Amino acid sequence: MTQEISQIWVYLSASPLLGLTVTLLAYQAAFALYRRSGNNPLANPVLIAVFILVLFLTLTATSYETYFAGAQFVHFLLGPATVALAIPLYTQFKRVRSMLLPVLAGLLAGSLTAIVSAVLVARLLGASDSTQLSLAPKSVTTPIAMGIAERIGGIPSLTAVLVIVTGILGAVGARFVFDAMKVRDPAIRGFAIGIASHGIGTARAFQVNEQSGAFAALAMGMNGALTALLVPWIAAYLINIG
Amino acid sequence: MISALSALLVFQLAGEVLARSLSLPIPGPVIGMLMLFVALVLRGGPGEELQTTSQNLLQHLSLLFVPAGTGIMVHLHRVSDEWLPLLVSLLVSTLATLIVTALVMKLCQRHPAATGETP
Repeated sequence: MTQEISQIWVYLSASPLLGLTVTLLAYQAAFALYRRSGNNPLANPVLIAVFILVLFLTLTATSYETYFAGAQFVHFLLGPATVALAIPLYTQFKRVRSMLLPVLAGLLAGSLTAIVSAVLVARLLGASDSTQLSLAPKSVTTPIAMGIAERIGGIPSLTAVLVIVTGILGAVGARFVFDAMKVRDPAIRGFAIGIASHGIGTARAFQVNEQSGAFAALAMGMNGALTALLVPWIAAYLINIG
Repeated sequence: MISALSALLVFQLAGEVLARSLSLPIPGPVIGMLMLFVALVLRGGPGEELQTTSQNLLQHLSLLFVPAGTGIMVHLHRVSDEWLPLLVSLLVSTLATLIVTALVMKLCQRHPAATGETP
């Protein structure tokens, strides 16, 4: 009997079915918790699902590569989902056009703050040069951030992790920051969360309000492009003055 | 749903081709998003099918980050070496970015309104 079970396990753990299934189950559990908490940002579904999955994979001694062979089907949908962001952007286009000045000023200020503050704080606390360089693009979406890190001499895989953590921090903290600042405009809330924490922030924004989501998507796209242009020379400058 | 998914994939593919052939620093899907946006402006809006499919996809956008997020288990040892500077840096920088962006936007928005309402 136990031998049969272990044979089934050998089969399952080698097929992509298991990785895909546990990803969906973990997310479903995390999302149910999030809904039950009344969409409390502290119950962030990405955070909870990742926690469940890391626990499951560690306990079953499954490698990340094996898991990803199945989970890649979910991961792949990030591409079409990014393209689909054009639709809410179109729906909110009137509002975006009427806010051109605040949008451009917010983009420039936010993008610079994200890069400079991350590098400077890490430097003050004695992080190594390669860690500082890996931190510089942490506020933009994973593929852009990894490309930038590679170009400036950071560690791309470390950057990928920092990007995800940044996304979760922003998605969890934004509501408290905005409420304390008395920022109520869903456009501003969405745009700021998109600048600070890319797609994970955008996902949270969509769950709260469609207009916030559209502005977050806009911010994520613009910040990705601007950061790719800014980081190479800002990072070089910051590292050299040390 | 199939035609909407095909449309999204076609735009992603076009974006990918453009990004690689011109070696742009922006990833293909983001360029695909911009091209679809331009197409929507030219066509005067998305069809009903594209509207519902994208809504369904975006409603669970956070699910799509879960596989990449789980990758943290591979880097746990590297992260644990420098966890304090990393955590403080991410925390301070994320909060500062949220505050600065929202503040600058609020200030820029209030100005024209304030001059328009001169007593």
